[in-house]
Amino acid sequence: MTRTESRPSPATAAFSGVDPDTIPRGRPRILPTAAWWVVAVCLAVLFLYPIWVMVSNVDVADLLKLTDASRGLSIFQSLGNSAFVSITATLVTLVASTFAGYAFAKLPYRGSTVAFFVILVTFMVPFQAVITPLYIVLRDIGLQNNLVGVALVIATFNLPLSTFLMRNSFAAIPSSLEEAAQIDGAGPFTAMWRIMLPVAVPGLVSATLLSFFAAWNDFFAALILITDQKLYTLPVSIGILSTDNQFGVDFGLMQTGVLITVIPCVIIYLVLQRYYVAGLLGGALK
Amino acid sequence: MTALPQLAEPPRRRRRSIGRRRGMLGLVLSLPAFGLLGLFFIWPLIRTVFMSLHDWPLLGVPEFIGFGNYVKAFSDDQFLRAVGFTFFYTLVMTPILLVLAFALAFLVRRGTRAHRFFQTIYFLPVVIGLAAGSYIWLFMWQSDIGPTTQLLGSVGLVDPTKNYFADFWTAFAIVVGMVTWKVVGLQMLLVLAGIQAIPDEVNEAARIDGASAWQSFWYITVPLLRPTLALVLVFSVAGSLLAFDQFYIMTTGGPAGSTLTAVYEIYRNGFVKFDVGYASALSILLMVVLGLVSAGQMLLLRNSDNS
Repeated sequence: MTRTESRPSPATAAFSGVDPDTIPRGRPRILPTAAWWVVAVCLAVLFLYPIWVMVSNVDVADLLKLTDASRGLSIFQSLGNSAFVSITATLVTLVASTFAGYAFAKLPYRGSTVAFFVILVTFMVPFQAVITPLYIVLRDIGLQNNLVGVALVIATFNLPLSTFLMRNSFAAIPSSLEEAAQIDGAGPFTAMWRIMLPVAVPGLVSATLLSFFAAWNDFFAALILITDQKLYTLPVSIGILSTDNQFGVDFGLMQTGVLITVIPCVIIYLVLQRYYVAGLLGGALK
Repeated sequence: MTALPQLAEPPRRRRRSIGRRRGMLGLVLSLPAFGLLGLFFIWPLIRTVFMSLHDWPLLGVPEFIGFGNYVKAFSDDQFLRAVGFTFFYTLVMTPILLVLAFALAFLVRRGTRAHRFFQTIYFLPVVIGLAAGSYIWLFMWQSDIGPTTQLLGSVGLVDPTKNYFADFWTAFAIVVGMVTWKVVGLQMLLVLAGIQAIPDEVNEAARIDGASAWQSFWYITVPLLRPTLALVLVFSVAGSLLAFDQFYIMTTGGPAGSTLTAVYEIYRNGFVKFDVGYASALSILLMVVLGLVSAGQMLLLRNSDNS
């Protein structure tokens, strides 16, 4: 939270900089200071311990072995697949949810309320529940065992949350801003693109982060919809990459693969924490 | 640019036609979203119902069998056992997450630098994928070579030579530990937002009336957090009922199928045994259960809003 303290935002009140001086008066203390530090630090050690286990078991030889394509599969392939799926899925989600979110917030049409409700209901149904026919639908349209197919499926299931976030972002912008743009001669589409979207950037960043993390960490869709191991994304391929023909599972290789999987998420989280948290809360507290 | 010609038209007609054109644009703009949802969600959903009424091998000719798959499900011991285990897992997971989420949130609820620092640390595992977390904990608890079994073994707390994934209770406990570590930060965040929404004046007033710290905690803060409690409940119950990744990676459903979950059984029937008709019927049953549980929780959520 150290990066965000100077920029409080209402949606992230939990994480943002509330003036510490005003707190102790209103919020009574439950633990004395010394005990608080002991408990907080012990818990921090417990939370960081698994991450330390992973990092401390990474070594360069394992890294080289993972990138060695002569073993049958190189981690670069999986990394590329993961990047492709995550970026494609995120872009598709963003375009579709920005358009739909704008329509629901500013361009209501007959039945748009019902349409928005339908989107919220799909939010409730997990895609694990439709995975079997999904496989067959993808096979019918030639996208089974295809990274584009996986990306589109992941994009679809990130869509409800993302549309919800974008609709709320646009709805929070006063319509007078858009009217002013139209008086100046901008059409509704130009108004959305040039005037409204820049104001909705925090919501857009939150939606981007949530979509990207969900796509990057997806295991189930890639496991089922991909059958060629060269097309596996990182979470699925780690199991194969860390299996040695001679010695079975090599846990050093496994932890090195996990580190490569985890690093992008941890860095993005630490840098853009404020938006990520705002998006999570915006989605949860509807 | 498109608005300019309309300026020449009479004002009344202009407003109506702009309204209609804006509505048309809105409809067009929401088409990509509905195209995706229609193709990858609603169409498969309809097919799930249709396929569940057939004996449908992944490769081969489907045959209509009515409710045969559903009848089969209710006498399928392995499936019923998986459903039972999924409920058991949910019943264990949920109170653990609830209690720890509230405890952590109260521990680091203030906006000070130290509190925000610990919030970041407790939340960090949330951004690590469930699969990645599972690979780490699988390694931690390996017999002989696992860092955790070695560490706890060296002080005599556990037997370092034991295979922890070959015993139901230890395997189960490790998965519960991993999931708690991985998701409790998210639940903590929800509770923090709930605490933040309580106006300071409420506690202030209690203090002036002579309430102690614990009294204002128990009689003011906790009751006001009931909606948050319901929210955390929804998240952990829905997440637990759909558990798959962690069991697939850490226990592979073992020992002896004792940690197979409902989603795991759908996966096994559809993609290991290639009986997609039966897997579809199981999916429908899972959706019904999830719907009932969500409806029950919505009711709880509404009741706690009223009180």
